[in-house]
Amino acid sequence: MSIAEFSTDLVWGAATVLAVSLIAFAMDLAQVSARRAEASRAEEQSDAAPAAESADSAGASVSSAVEGGTPSGGSTATVTATDEAPQRRRAAGIGVSTAWLGTILLGVAIAARGVAAGRAPWANMYEFTLVGAFVALVVFLGVNVRRDIRWLGAFVTGIAILFIAVAQVNFFVPADGLQPALQSYWLVIHVGVAIIASGIFTVAFLMSVLQLLRDSRDEGSAILNRRGWGWLELTPTPTRLEGLSFRLNAVGFVLWTFTVIAGAIWAEHAWGRYWGWDPKEVWSFVVWVVYAAYLHARTTRGWSGRRAAYFVLVGYACVIFNFTGVNLIFNGKHSYSGM
Amino acid sequence: MARTPYRPEGIDDAFSTGESSSARPDGSSPAPAARPTAPAIGVRGMLRWMWRQLTSMRVALLLLMLLAVAAVPGSVLPQTSQDAAAVAAYLVDHPTTGPWLEAAGFFDVYSSVWFSAIYLLLFVSLVGCILPRTAAHWRALRGRPPRTPRRFARFPAQATGTSSAAPEAVADAAVLHLRGRRRVLPIFRVERGEEPATANRPATATVAAERGYLRESGNLLFHLALLGLLVSVATGQMLHYRGQAILVEERGFANSVVDYDTFENGALFDPTSLEAFTMTLDRFESEFDAVGTPRDFTAYVTVTEPGGEPTSETIKVNHPLDAGDAKIYLQGNGYAPDVTVRDADGEVAFAGPVPFIPEDQVYTSRGVIKVPDVSPGLEQIGFVGYLLPTAVMEDGGARSVYPQPGNPQLVLDVYTGDLGLDEGVPQNVYSLDTDDMTPSTEEDGTPTTIVLGVGDTVDLPDGGSITFEDLPRYVALDLRHDPALGFILTFSLLALGGLAVSLFTPRRRVWLRTWAEDGRTVVEVAGLARHDDAGLQGQVDDLLADLPGIGAGDDDTSSDDTTSDDTTTNGEADGPAPRKADR
Repeated sequence: MSIAEFSTDLVWGAATVLAVSLIAFAMDLAQVSARRAEASRAEEQSDAAPAAESADSAGASVSSAVEGGTPSGGSTATVTATDEAPQRRRAAGIGVSTAWLGTILLGVAIAARGVAAGRAPWANMYEFTLVGAFVALVVFLGVNVRRDIRWLGAFVTGIAILFIAVAQVNFFVPADGLQPALQSYWLVIHVGVAIIASGIFTVAFLMSVLQLLRDSRDEGSAILNRRGWGWLELTPTPTRLEGLSFRLNAVGFVLWTFTVIAGAIWAEHAWGRYWGWDPKEVWSFVVWVVYAAYLHARTTRGWSGRRAAYFVLVGYACVIFNFTGVNLIFNGKHSYSGM
Repeated sequence: MARTPYRPEGIDDAFSTGESSSARPDGSSPAPAARPTAPAIGVRGMLRWMWRQLTSMRVALLLLMLLAVAAVPGSVLPQTSQDAAAVAAYLVDHPTTGPWLEAAGFFDVYSSVWFSAIYLLLFVSLVGCILPRTAAHWRALRGRPPRTPRRFARFPAQATGTSSAAPEAVADAAVLHLRGRRRVLPIFRVERGEEPATANRPATATVAAERGYLRESGNLLFHLALLGLLVSVATGQMLHYRGQAILVEERGFANSVVDYDTFENGALFDPTSLEAFTMTLDRFESEFDAVGTPRDFTAYVTVTEPGGEPTSETIKVNHPLDAGDAKIYLQGNGYAPDVTVRDADGEVAFAGPVPFIPEDQVYTSRGVIKVPDVSPGLEQIGFVGYLLPTAVMEDGGARSVYPQPGNPQLVLDVYTGDLGLDEGVPQNVYSLDTDDMTPSTEEDGTPTTIVLGVGDTVDLPDGGSITFEDLPRYVALDLRHDPALGFILTFSLLALGGLAVSLFTPRRRVWLRTWAEDGRTVVEVAGLARHDDAGLQGQVDDLLADLPGIGAGDDDTSSDDTTSDDTTTNGEADGPAPRKADR
């Protein structure tokens, strides 16, 4: 088996491990959701407390924390991430461990791919997608070391599996050398930073989606207060989610700015102009402007909160289109998909 | 839902509300309600109102969104600046909508009136916002940290401890710790204070410290650098030149406008100031892998600067050559079949290499050979057809299977008649105007197609012959000069740096109060950050730990903040009802 084949097989292995991680994280969310539903049922039976109270107290569940986080009694309405005793989140623990394992396997697969091709392993869409998934996983696990964001695990592993599957099925090209236009150390810098920024935007996007869902639930949305959405109580408050999303987006935005500058320097070297409104340049510019608008919206009255989160959604949609649509539909100077 | 961070009394300002002290004046701030009839504001008032609107954050946001939307058509529709032929084709394919789009500038989006209007308005808005902010920031930089609040209990980060050192020594050490080693650019701006004894507390020493001014500095730097970037790009546009030249192996080129195939320059560039270096293409080498994917292109050239010795250089993709004040880029390459055409009288009517344009990955190259200089009385000759570097003959014809010249074949159709060159109308050298020409035919009436390899000579149906002498390569070179590049790079990097500083500099306030009590020194520290700040408690703890004589006492640092990740909620849950945020 060649190194290239080994890499491809290992990517599937990583996807399998991540699928286990996804199931574990999903079970964790479901367990907490079920417990919560049980608790609120018990509450209704015992003293028919108004159901709205449980939703209100979701953000500041200090009282339930005082009670030791045991939701078996009829008095506790809410269980939040921070209050939960560690052994109660065994599924989440399995999720984190398997996510680490899957990420390491994916990292080895990417490194093997680089060895097989004899260059930095991010020169076509297949490799870009794999490394993007890897970065998103690393960002998630890295943040999780410092603060508990295991509630995000199911979504990050889910999107990583999606990326890996799309890469393997749709974007696969054999490991090969580089055409002359790509033979530059700027490939490592420009594309590498672009992938890191994309991975960070991915995680931030997931947080903003959860922020909007959680916000709608807290505001009393009929759909999001149905039984299946109880897991949303595991997420932090919308304000906290917004803050987390902003921090990641801020890092992503700075890296994206660097990507554009580095791209302009490289374009000056390779194509004889630093900016030529090539489709990829246009969409990188659009991405930059949308995220710049997001940062401005956050500090504008009437535009913070939900509206700012919509900018993240639009911005991420532009990131995805800049990667897929521009590469596959338009015929520009960035047609390096290998397809 | 806008949760309000708890704001301790006495320090109620923009810092703790999360609003930038320098935020743009906002059109949505609650207007004075009791104004049912607007007084006549006059022209000046109107202008002032418009200026305020333009410089408001809301309009800036709108313009940013417009800019993003306006940029999109340029990626969907063909653009004249990139591919004029595609625009022409689009106009032919869309006879109804095409002219409308053209009139509205959709084929030159980035120099269109509407796109320019958006970004120019955005920059006007930016200037109108940045200048007052710069002034305000300049004043703020010389301000003092906010005074030490009376009570620390409500702050999100706190620490208390006892020390064996005197309160004065503790406060002095805290000042040193917070300020850092450098006096010029201190980490915190620090102010020592004293408080007289009150009924329930002895006299105290206090320290008030604030950091995060760099945040606004970085923000301003970012925006000013964007302005500088715009000016640099515009200047470069005025002073630049760019020319394209096709250079066949063993041919030369001189850096003057007449030697370029195309040449364009900015309004303020004087073409006579071109530095007159000359260059010869010695040879061109290309490498392809087994399936014909390009791996390497190298042009070996000899450059002679005016008054200098000839020097050998190479130009590769990604490695432009500096010559004169220009950079020379390798933009394309192809084959230029060297042919000799004799007319019916046997005279040489044409001889030399003719660049053919590659049309695909295997260098199937299309070209035109025009032979106007035939002997008097004869008809002019035109050839149009393909060069196949590695030709494979098949039933339906010939095709190329590999980009390198393994079996080069010229496949040409022959026309005779009037090439139309004598009318003085410029013609495209890569297309043949056959309006006044007739295709040569075989005796059975089928059009003649000539196929010839290197060294072959084929007689033409209407007399004369064509010889495929040789197959040199050519390179397409871009020569470009833009004096603003250094400025553009500098401003880009300044913008990047300013952006990073403005987004990543934490804004924190730290206060310390210390006093002597029961023979020991009590130290209290409190911290406040704008927005959520994971490092705040660590900052407070580090400060306490670094003070002299700190011992294990009733040290309950990190009361409730290190594990809980929702400080604002805690403050809200058990604190007094917070003031309604004004956002």
